[in-house]
Amino acid sequence: MKSKKTDSNYNFIEQTDTKKRGRLTIFLGAAAGVGKTYAMLEKALELSTQRVDVVVGWVGNHELTEKKIFLKGLPVMPPAKFEHRGKIFKEMDLKAILARRPQLVVVDDLAHINAPGSCHVNRYQDIEELLHAGIDVYTTLNIQQVESLKDIVAQITGIQVRETVPDRLLEQADYIKLIDVPPEELIQRLKEGKVSASSQEKKALSKPGNINALRELALRYAAQNVDHKLSSYMKVHSIKGPWPAGERIMACVGPSPFSAQVIRAARRMAAGLKAELIVAYVETPHSFPTSDAEHDQLARNLHLAEKLGAEVINLTGSDVAEELLALARRKNISQIVIGKPLRPRLRDLWKGSIVNKIIKGSQGISVHVIPGKSKKVQGEEKVSRNSLDPKVSLWSYIGTVLFILIITVLNKTLEPSFDLINIDLLYLLPVLFSAAYWGRGPSIMASLIGVLAFDIFFVPPQLSITVADIRYLLSFVIFLLVAIITSTMATRLRNQVNLARLRETRTAALYALSRKIVAETDIEGILNTVANVVADTVDGKVVILMPGEKNELEIRATTVLPFDKLLDNTERETAQWVFEHGQLAGKGTETFNESNALYLPLKSEDKNIGVLGVQLDSPEEYLTPEQRRLLEAFANLTAVAIVRLQLAEEAQQVRYLAQSEKLRSALFNSISHEVRTPLASIIGAVTSLLEEGEIYSQSDQITFLQTINESALRIDRLLKNLLDMARLESGKLQLKWEWCDIQEVIGVALRRLQESLKEHHLKKEIAPDLPLVRADFALIEQVLINLLDNAAKYSRAGSEIYIKVNREENNIKLAVADRGPRISEEDSERVFDKFYRAYYSNKKTEGTGLGLSICKGIVEAHGGKIWVEPNPEDGNIFIFTLPLNHNVPNGIQIRKGGKDAN
Amino acid sequence: MPTSGARVLVIDDESQIRKMLKVALKAHGYEIEEASLGQEGLEKAAVFHPDLIILDLGLPDVDGFQVINRLREWSQVPVIILSVKEQEEDKIKALDAGADDYVTKPFSMGELLARVRVALRHAAKTEDEPVLTIGELTIDLAHRLVTVGGQPIKLTPTEYDILKNLALHAGRVLTHQQLLRSIWGKEYQEENHYLRVYIGQLRRKIEPDPTQPTYIITEPGVGYRLMAKD
Repeated sequence: MKSKKTDSNYNFIEQTDTKKRGRLTIFLGAAAGVGKTYAMLEKALELSTQRVDVVVGWVGNHELTEKKIFLKGLPVMPPAKFEHRGKIFKEMDLKAILARRPQLVVVDDLAHINAPGSCHVNRYQDIEELLHAGIDVYTTLNIQQVESLKDIVAQITGIQVRETVPDRLLEQADYIKLIDVPPEELIQRLKEGKVSASSQEKKALSKPGNINALRELALRYAAQNVDHKLSSYMKVHSIKGPWPAGERIMACVGPSPFSAQVIRAARRMAAGLKAELIVAYVETPHSFPTSDAEHDQLARNLHLAEKLGAEVINLTGSDVAEELLALARRKNISQIVIGKPLRPRLRDLWKGSIVNKIIKGSQGISVHVIPGKSKKVQGEEKVSRNSLDPKVSLWSYIGTVLFILIITVLNKTLEPSFDLINIDLLYLLPVLFSAAYWGRGPSIMASLIGVLAFDIFFVPPQLSITVADIRYLLSFVIFLLVAIITSTMATRLRNQVNLARLRETRTAALYALSRKIVAETDIEGILNTVANVVADTVDGKVVILMPGEKNELEIRATTVLPFDKLLDNTERETAQWVFEHGQLAGKGTETFNESNALYLPLKSEDKNIGVLGVQLDSPEEYLTPEQRRLLEAFANLTAVAIVRLQLAEEAQQVRYLAQSEKLRSALFNSISHEVRTPLASIIGAVTSLLEEGEIYSQSDQITFLQTINESALRIDRLLKNLLDMARLESGKLQLKWEWCDIQEVIGVALRRLQESLKEHHLKKEIAPDLPLVRADFALIEQVLINLLDNAAKYSRAGSEIYIKVNREENNIKLAVADRGPRISEEDSERVFDKFYRAYYSNKKTEGTGLGLSICKGIVEAHGGKIWVEPNPEDGNIFIFTLPLNHNVPNGIQIRKGGKDAN
Repeated sequence: MPTSGARVLVIDDESQIRKMLKVALKAHGYEIEEASLGQEGLEKAAVFHPDLIILDLGLPDVDGFQVINRLREWSQVPVIILSVKEQEEDKIKALDAGADDYVTKPFSMGELLARVRVALRHAAKTEDEPVLTIGELTIDLAHRLVTVGGQPIKLTPTEYDILKNLALHAGRVLTHQQLLRSIWGKEYQEENHYLRVYIGQLRRKIEPDPTQPTYIITEPGVGYRLMAKD
């Protein structure tokens, strides 16, 4: 069972939510021409003189002088003009008004249906958006345009109103002003041509009886609204009073156009009783909508229910009445509204109609049976009630005849040895077979032909239809019964299987998706998986959009390549709207229905994280409500998965932060120690020389000065390391790639380290004819300097430092070997970590623990590797590689002005 | 000292550096003028007529590169740049724009004074010295003859051209671009690897230990310098 609460506005306690919303005032009239627009403009003009920022968003283009006079005093927003299929349309410019942000906007004709290509299908949706933006709205409405009154109005005036407004708008309205005129005056106005209405409408209005009926309707509706407001007020302010508690109304619908009437009636009752409305639909093997027309009608009915703010519940079961009653009990339904069947059905004779069964089993629940419409209207929207039979082709009939022919031939050959009763029984075979596989038609035919063949060929007198024995008539009846019962059972079974298969596919698709996306570790992976699964499930193109840096939607995953074609401006606008409002829109909905695709929001608990767009491969097709629900489930699953990943990422961030916090404190400790130590020597030496320089001998003074020099150089080295580290860490390290001669790099490094290395015995083994390496010269030099400096620092004076460079397959390998204390195996990884100095800590050697981690950063930025191995004799070998996977300009032969031919 | 009495203009916004340079240079017999801003430096250069300018690249008002460009509009006075490591790009730009040499902060005074002497010597020279001797290496430009320890070395024309260019500016840095431009022409000035290859070959022929060169010195990221005898 799937249930969906579509309209949270269908809630009676809503004054608390309406603080930020704009206030809606509806000027309600019984009919066109009562002066609603006039009254509305008059009021608006009055407000504008009181310094309220009023604009006219839309007033009908009638040539009515009175309105013109009014408009002079009010700023009018120019209408938005746009072209659609070669025609120019004018509509209220919603965007301009939203941008202009007046305090109050005046919009005529709430029930208007916007021209195709507008943002919303209905004007009331525009107005809801204005209200949502905190703008007050004045608007007008005729009572006949209220959705739930549509049928009653049709009964009174005979006019089917096309443009209607859902009741919730009137319930949400902060003020309803009833504009009323005596019928005589209205008729007078009609005669004077002051009323803009269709001729049909004018005709209907010319009868004072009709006008009075509509007036009564309007007055009653307004009165109801006052009552509702009062109750709402009482509830909000905790005023105890008679309160009809817990009324719940359930309307039972099916794929019939008549169901819409049931829904509207139930809605009116619900509004009157302030009750919650549930609309239930039971899918059974018998009532499975088989034709497209039925599908559409069912979708329309359920959509109407959602529009009217009902909770729609889909049930599956074998018995409609039982399922409905079970739901009613579960949901504490107090009243059931059900339609009276349009015509009695044969099956109801022995099984009892659904209505009867519900009434029988209702036990304390009131049941309202709504009569159907007049025949005329019904004819217009007739939807063919498909039989339970599967599609019967001509071939199944031919097959049946052939089968009987074979049985007849067989029987003829067996006749001498067989009893008549056996032959009779053999004729049951084609009946059973065709019933099971081809349905009722062929099986009835099989029973007819079978009995005939039996009668003609076997029952004496042979070759005549005359039945000598009345018993054979009985066998004919039995054949017929077998055919009907078997075919019915088989069809039902098949439908059930189909239904089960359909649901199974859906469940499987959901399950498969959830399993797949759980395995994904990044958002891109999830999105691509979702796009592919959705595309497979609905046979269409899929695009997933998520906000980028500027909060503009960007395509993050799609099954269409190249996808730029998929998203033109309309599509983008739709997707953006969906993202901002968190509601679905696009093709097949009331918002942006000009789009080619349907867009669903990916909603997490507190915000919208993206948009899922689906375009079916066949452009004429619409998504069924079932598919839509499946897509919604997909969208929810996706959103959950994305949020899960985002949370995981955030947690990771927090861990990083904690880690970097630790690093920072290590850095500060290291720096304060590393800077203070040489500073202490500098200040000590300098103050000695400054304060009492004369008492020191020449050589003492030189010692002081050398100390100062060495300490200063040490601070310089530290700073250099820190800067390198910062560059590596920030990710801003831009390698200056150039062709380097490794020998030259070593030369520069050795020259720099002349002083530090002079105490050591330096040996070099550099392979001849090394190719040039693509690298950052200064950085590789830095690596070598750090390694050589370490080697010199941690080994005894006079010991050997060995540099070896050779070429491996795709690498150049550089090794620096020393004879210092060996690094333990467990430390050999960690010496490259920042500030990791465990292995030197027993020695009093200067160092920040940055040098090797800088080396690692640089080498890895070059795509190489760095590690430490124990030196077989003693000490360690630090080795790093630089990849040679570039086209090495080897053996250049260049003459002056000529280019080499490498 | 042959260069004593020369007039040196120091343009640096750090008063500590100016003070130190003033003391050290005065002690070596130079006459000093100071400026703390680029604009001021350019004005003083016009009034003071220095024989050499020491210019800091990180000036607060005009960047050093612009100072050189504007200076070079009317003067060929040698310029030595003071820079820090992070100003690699600016340094090369300044050298290509006509600065004569550079010293990276922190520098030793000896290093700076050596550069000052080389620059002043080059500026004073009117004709090319036909024979240059550095340690064991002699380069006889008139006869296109290169010897190491008295033994003649066979060089390819390109190798000789590189060595000759370095020798003509002995003691001073030549940027990669300057070398490439003068040997292969303007369109080759980005092809650093030509130089790497030829310098490597040259070193193998003239250096006693090519991994620790003593004649042709690499200035990482900038260019090459032939050691002056100094």
